Amino acid sequence: MSTSHLQLEAQTEPAFRVERRPAVEGGDLLEVSMGPQHPSTHGVFRMDVVLDGERIVKLKPVFGYLHRNHEKIAENSTYLGSMPYTDRLDYFCSLTNNWAYALTIEKLAGLQAPERAEYIRVITAELTRLQNHVCLIGFLLQDMGASGTPLMYAFREREAILDLFESLTGARMMCNYMRFGGCRVDLPAGWLEQASRVVDRFPRFLEEFDRLISGNEILAARTQGVGVLPRELAINASITGPVLRASGVNYDIRKVDKYGIYDRFAFRVPLGDHGDVYDRYMIRVLEMHESLAILRQAIRDIPPGPIMDPKAKIRGFKPKAGEAYGRIESPKGELGFYVISDGSPNPHRYRVRPPSLINLTVLEDMCLGQTVADSVIILGSIDIVLGEVDR
Amino acid sequence: MEPLEQLIARINSTFPGSEVSLMPNDAPSSQTSLLVSRKDGRRVAEFFKSDSLLRMDFLSNLTGVDWPDTVTKQKIKTKRNVDGVEKEIEETVETRKPGFLEVVYHLYSMELQHGPLIFRMRTENRVDGVHLPSLTPVWRGAELQEREVFDLYGVRFEGHPDLRRLLMWETFEDHPMRKDYVEPDDYEFEPTAHDEVLTKAKAYDSCAVALRT
Amino acid sequence: MMDEGLRRELSRQGIFTTTLEGLYNWGRKNSIWPLQFGLACCAIEMIAASMARFDLARFGAEVFRPSPRQADLMIVAGTVTKKMAPQVVRLYNQMPEPKYVIAMGACAISGGPFKQGYNVLKGIDRYIPVDVHIPGCPPRPEALLHAFMTLQKRIDQQRLTGPSSPRHLKESEPSEFPIPAFGAHDLTPGKNPALWSPPKIIRGS
Repeated sequence: MSTSHLQLEAQTEPAFRVERRPAVEGGDLLEVSMGPQHPSTHGVFRMDVVLDGERIVKLKPVFGYLHRNHEKIAENSTYLGSMPYTDRLDYFCSLTNNWAYALTIEKLAGLQAPERAEYIRVITAELTRLQNHVCLIGFLLQDMGASGTPLMYAFREREAILDLFESLTGARMMCNYMRFGGCRVDLPAGWLEQASRVVDRFPRFLEEFDRLISGNEILAARTQGVGVLPRELAINASITGPVLRASGVNYDIRKVDKYGIYDRFAFRVPLGDHGDVYDRYMIRVLEMHESLAILRQAIRDIPPGPIMDPKAKIRGFKPKAGEAYGRIESPKGELGFYVISDGSPNPHRYRVRPPSLINLTVLEDMCLGQTVADSVIILGSIDIVLGEVDR
Repeated sequence: MEPLEQLIARINSTFPGSEVSLMPNDAPSSQTSLLVSRKDGRRVAEFFKSDSLLRMDFLSNLTGVDWPDTVTKQKIKTKRNVDGVEKEIEETVETRKPGFLEVVYHLYSMELQHGPLIFRMRTENRVDGVHLPSLTPVWRGAELQEREVFDLYGVRFEGHPDLRRLLMWETFEDHPMRKDYVEPDDYEFEPTAHDEVLTKAKAYDSCAVALRT
Repeated sequence: MMDEGLRRELSRQGIFTTTLEGLYNWGRKNSIWPLQFGLACCAIEMIAASMARFDLARFGAEVFRPSPRQADLMIVAGTVTKKMAPQVVRLYNQMPEPKYVIAMGACAISGGPFKQGYNVLKGIDRYIPVDVHIPGCPPRPEALLHAFMTLQKRIDQQRLTGPSSPRHLKESEPSEFPIPAFGAHDLTPGKNPALWSPPKIIRGS
């Protein structure tokens, strides 16, 4: 261990900053590099932390340990060729990633997915949201020290949803299912019944999980008032998704853009009051209930019909020169794709707007003045996946 | 949201002498954008954020685009006097358009729930004139994204609080998302070699020649 | 070595005999503690393998250790980027012998779908020796279980003496490998020539 007298002041002042506590007069500071191999950083993420005792006085995230050059590879391959790569962005939520990309290219080329495909997209996306949120809560509790049990329960439910994905798309995680103007294959026989069984069973699990966790004294002590993110800072720093809504901002792209057919479903947007870790946890629990409501309506209403836009071309797909930005509410936040076409078979510019990365902008602000142990759960509550942070 | 033409007029009346123009977009997405000059970037951005009709409080996406130098060849027929006889000569004229780096911003309003408002700024060239004003002081959300653009494209954002490489290591020297970036030659050929991979393979090993058959 | 017939005869009489080598390998193969170390997508399947449905505990391998000092096995689960490669080698060097490596997934084997990437290492075996490769993107948890069984079989067959003894028992074999450095354009060196050389393809007519 080495102590160092680092400069406490940031080199220059960002636009907005939470007030930081001054270091103890004359005290030594300890510099710790957490990661890239660290059991609590959810992958290969690194935080360079400067500590005054146990309090964090400076925290700099270091990125790039999983920078797999997705954008560069996509600019050298065809439009459809990038679809399997989108699976590997946020590898918990391959289907929502597919949807965001398909949506963007549909905007770029003027395609429209048929009714049934839109319903399938909503069903698979909400199932994805369920399994993402349930795993996130499992990991968050694991970070808090509830070793094993909650995560085991979470993965048990996740497996039921992955079985659905596997029977639909052929893969557990990397589904590669959506296409420009529709979906790849239709639902197999009996799939909807199986899905509705999973959906019906889920509330029982949520209730059990809730009884196990939500009222827990340790959870409350560890999370309430920890890692508070003020509303103004959240907006200014482009935070999106459950983290933004936990700070009380009513902004859900499913409601704002009404992409796909989300205007047909009745669902509520849960909002937090305090913007602390507990709110971010509760928002996810409540969102799961809303996802279940959407799923019940979608499974009830799904019409028969084609699943591909007849105008869509799979081979030799060359959109006209132009550009499009499409975005969806992925379980992590606003997932956007920005594509510039120059009329050739591969895009001139292909950009992923990663919610996980941008939500990390405020990690330091939330951690300053907190203890090291808190930084772990604050990071856990942001819900990052390194495949998307570094791409 | 108001039409972009009207918005340009409003910007011009607020900041006389500012250079803002409309960029067409032929795609069915019809997301047209504004091209803002470097010198006006900062104040126009602040105008977008504070104007009561726009209230663009949310910088959703910020990204770089590389436009390399383009050379267009055009054949022009000219009449010229050669040895006293007038002849029609075909000449190839090369027009060289210098490249530039471009940064595109997608803005939304959380307060008024509208958007996107897209604007872009361009650097002078791709070599030494790669400076643009940083918008991190306006929207904190630009912080990491500007660092990424600096890392991968080499755009220098003036006024950024902490402009370091985001993804690659600090001693790395290239800007890999540029179109003319040459990647390190570090992967061997595959058994199903063809096209470029085959050329690469042949350079490694004479055995690879057998692959053609 | 005891005669197989005598051993069977003794076992019928209720006397269990074994060799020291057999006992040693039996103990080792049933308590392989992996390093808790996930790189990318494959790590999620690795976690899934350790959860209730696939139950890695059946192989005595559910004890994921956060510290390399306590681990026997490194599962390289996911894409190794050039920025991460020095850390992976460093972690391997910090593990005590005997140590094993499973390269899980296409990326860890060869760069996989991201092979064209400028920041992607084209296979971890360029820097450290790999015992078991699992193809797949990502491999299913069952594939990881299969890799475990393969590794267990290998450990069981290891001779503790003689010329065919495993790497960790040979004085001359290195247990640590050089860590690559960040260069201006690439990692330097790009591979460990003692471990890895480009494959040569020889095709028959």
